[in-house]
Amino acid sequence: MAKFHIPKSNRPVPLLEPRIVTLTVLMFMILGVVSIRLYYLQALHHQENVELADRNRIRLQRVPAPRGLVFDRNHRPLVDTRPSFDAQIVPEDSDNLSLTIERLARYTGADQIADKISDADEAGRPPYEPITVAERLGWQQVVALEAHQLDLPGVSLQITPARHYLYGQLAAHLLGYVGEVTMSDLKAHDDYHMGDEIGKFGLERVWESFLRGDAGGQEIEVDAVGRRLRVLKEIADTPGESIVMTIDLNLQQAAEQAMAGKNGAFVALDPRNGDVLAMVSHPAFDPDIFGGGVKASAWKELMTDPNHPLQNRVIQGIYPPGSTFKIVDSIAGLQEGTLKPDTTYTCPGGMWFGGREYHCWRKQGHGTIELHDAIVRSCDVYFYNVGQKLGVDRIAKWSNQMGLGLKTGIDLDHENPGTIPSSAWKQKRFHERWYPAETLSVAIGQGYVATTPLQMAQVAAQVANGGIRYKPQFVKYVEGLDGNIAKSYSPVIENRIKIDPDALEDVKDAMADVVNGAGGTAHKAHLDDVVVCGKTGTAQVVGDKGPSGEDETEDKTPEQFKDHAWFIAFAPKDHPTIAAACIIEHGGHGGSASAPIIHDVFQRYFQLNPPPPKPEIARVLEDNSQ
Amino acid sequence: MAAGDRRFILHFDWTLFILVLALAGIGLVSVISASYGGRKIIDPLVIRQLIWIAAGTAALLVAVLVDYRALQAYAYPFYVLVIGLLIAVMVAGHATGGSRRWINLGAFHLEPSELAKLAVVLVMVRYLREEPPKGGWGLQHLIVPFVLLGIPAALVLKQPDLGTGLVLVLITITLVFVAGLNWRTMLVLAVAGMLAAPLSWHYLKPYQRQRLVSFINPQADPLGSGYHIIQSEIAIGAGGPFGKGFLKGTQARLNFLPEQSTDFIFAVFAEEFGLAGALLLLALYASVIARGAWIARHARDRFGALLAVGLTAIVFWQVAVNIGMATGMLPVVGITLPLVSYGGSSLIAMMAAMGILISINTRRYLF
Repeated sequence: MAKFHIPKSNRPVPLLEPRIVTLTVLMFMILGVVSIRLYYLQALHHQENVELADRNRIRLQRVPAPRGLVFDRNHRPLVDTRPSFDAQIVPEDSDNLSLTIERLARYTGADQIADKISDADEAGRPPYEPITVAERLGWQQVVALEAHQLDLPGVSLQITPARHYLYGQLAAHLLGYVGEVTMSDLKAHDDYHMGDEIGKFGLERVWESFLRGDAGGQEIEVDAVGRRLRVLKEIADTPGESIVMTIDLNLQQAAEQAMAGKNGAFVALDPRNGDVLAMVSHPAFDPDIFGGGVKASAWKELMTDPNHPLQNRVIQGIYPPGSTFKIVDSIAGLQEGTLKPDTTYTCPGGMWFGGREYHCWRKQGHGTIELHDAIVRSCDVYFYNVGQKLGVDRIAKWSNQMGLGLKTGIDLDHENPGTIPSSAWKQKRFHERWYPAETLSVAIGQGYVATTPLQMAQVAAQVANGGIRYKPQFVKYVEGLDGNIAKSYSPVIENRIKIDPDALEDVKDAMADVVNGAGGTAHKAHLDDVVVCGKTGTAQVVGDKGPSGEDETEDKTPEQFKDHAWFIAFAPKDHPTIAAACIIEHGGHGGSASAPIIHDVFQRYFQLNPPPPKPEIARVLEDNSQ
Repeated sequence: MAAGDRRFILHFDWTLFILVLALAGIGLVSVISASYGGRKIIDPLVIRQLIWIAAGTAALLVAVLVDYRALQAYAYPFYVLVIGLLIAVMVAGHATGGSRRWINLGAFHLEPSELAKLAVVLVMVRYLREEPPKGGWGLQHLIVPFVLLGIPAALVLKQPDLGTGLVLVLITITLVFVAGLNWRTMLVLAVAGMLAAPLSWHYLKPYQRQRLVSFINPQADPLGSGYHIIQSEIAIGAGGPFGKGFLKGTQARLNFLPEQSTDFIFAVFAEEFGLAGALLLLALYASVIARGAWIARHARDRFGALLAVGLTAIVFWQVAVNIGMATGMLPVVGITLPLVSYGGSSLIAMMAAMGILISINTRRYLF
């Protein structure tokens, strides 16, 4: 090997030569391997490592977008978003954390600050990541924090958008509320993050995707221990879209006022399209308390309240419809042909069936009467006969046709479909055959029959509009950020019954006389310039106390055993524009407890929407044109 | 002497000298990057490194002036002195991060491990300067080198400084190989080494074992001992083909890199100057090694040739182990990148070594 190189005479160390060369080659090979490794890391895996380096240093600070607003049908705001001052703490920046916590608690009145910090740390909070420990601070608390800033190392004020319900409890069940995302929310939606706000109930929940908007944020550079160094990038948020509802603030206020101090439900629909004009469930709750971390005590109070303020009675409360169900009997009988407007039955004050007597609420009886009087005076015996003729299955068929026993499909959670019994239903439910005597109870809306106030409002609306069942809707349209309509909701027809117009007119006449005629049970719903049609009902609270009473004489039953008072109505009689149902729990009689509420709301409605001055002339003109 | 001086300047190895200064310059730039926190460019660390470079250059020039043959006489005394310093470290050393490596000399923290590498090279070469018997050095001739290596290696490992210990072993193997160890002995040693490897596991400290585990699977404990390897690979990879630019490396500035001015300075440099910079750095080292090998081959005597091999081996093995570690090819052992890493002891010792190398080259014309 050596002889290839320099002549041997010039080489003082010929013996070393081959091994030095071998060694050099070996060293260069190793450096070659290192170069290949560098090429692998820096050329082939460059992007991947850039991302890893950025993930090391860039932390995303989300800034929630202001939630969309909610307006009534006339674009008056119902819900908006306002700045809220929250206190945050970075424990790493506080040299004496327990002292800082103690002072912070004193200035803000916030409790469990230390718990919140340890909870966040357990959940894997990175160092120097702030924790919100007190939310929605009042002006005095904000001033106290500002003034004592030097005593509170690591504490800062953060301004975040917070939900504000302009009218407190008004339409609380319809509007719903927002709250902080839970672990299950986070699992269900991967675009939510810890601490985000999410619609929990009502409109806030169902229209969440429109209202939420897209959070903005800041890219913040942090060092290896997590200290924030500078803002690298700001990403603007996109506010949520607004919702324009079908409810009318003035009408809703009138309904809330009429229902004040009472437990029960009220709902008004537009029979021409299914729009919800007002919806009240009492007792209600204050949706503001859910924002910014609901206080444990307030939550417990709501959950344990025996009156269930969180329940939306309009769609979740199920009650026997009582005598309001006689309207369903009438439609069913007329449709099946087992009943004619001039069909007569004699009421002696009761009826013997299957070996026992079924009473009419009027012990002295109603004598021999036709359908009109039977509705006006709410004769039980007449409808025992109607029901008997129909049989339970035909009653069930027409009840279902009118939407009873089915969900209305309103865009709210936890709607209860109620119960409409049939022989098949009983077989399935109790493995027992149907006894004909049970049909009598069903005919007067008792027994197994259970309906929601919204379903009964639909019954009134179907009589009003001639048999069209609309899906009840409370959102008119979604308003985009540019102020244009982003999505509108047109009426949805769920079902259409062809009712003989003359027969329907007879039922309407009778319902008009319930309010306006002699012997009617709901004179308290009478309006001077508009013909209101209605039907009262009484839902029994305690078992088999006897047939439904329509007596106006005051009941001496203790409050909690008093019957629930129903009233369903629509107006004006011709070309109706509003239909409603009202139930007052333990209100006693429909005529005395519920009719006045519908009276007040309808009165307000016709003040806001005056009916055509002379409907008779209008009708004449219409007839001539045909 | 006058004629000698002229010849001396004429034959001064400018190539190697410029290579050394270029590496020290890259080192200075990298120390600036490593110590940059986003505000001041000139950290006190940079000033100190500048002082070390100046002192190192002086040491280099002094070493050039010394006739390397004279070192044969000082090999054993220097070796004994270094052993004494290593013992002193054990007794009264300055400890940081779980290991005891420095002697506090007031203004200067001396790291005797850096001198140990030079000392071991000198005594090995001093011993191996004899021509080997016919058939090469055998096992029986390795007893002395084994003892000469064993004493400082044991003391260094005790600190513990696995990196320097490893380099001492690698230098010794290199020298014994070049000096003419016969192939049979090499085979025997290789087999013995492979058998002993599992046994050495037993003697490792828990953190050293942890590092080995992390090396094999860094993701096993990404925030613990695997952290260093992961962060270093990320920094190097993020540099890409041309780097993020001077002072633009985030891994170092935001302290994600450990030991960024010393053991992991390569990652700092590679992040800011990319593959192009890293390959340039490797090319500079390759040039130093090629030059060292050339000097060894052209040395006038066996001592000079072996000394050149030993000094080149120090540079090579430190580069290979340090970059191998930074790129995740080798487990994490603390070792400096020659002439680039921050640190007085390492820089001055290394520049002195380069001075000796130049001295060997220069003197080939002088006698």
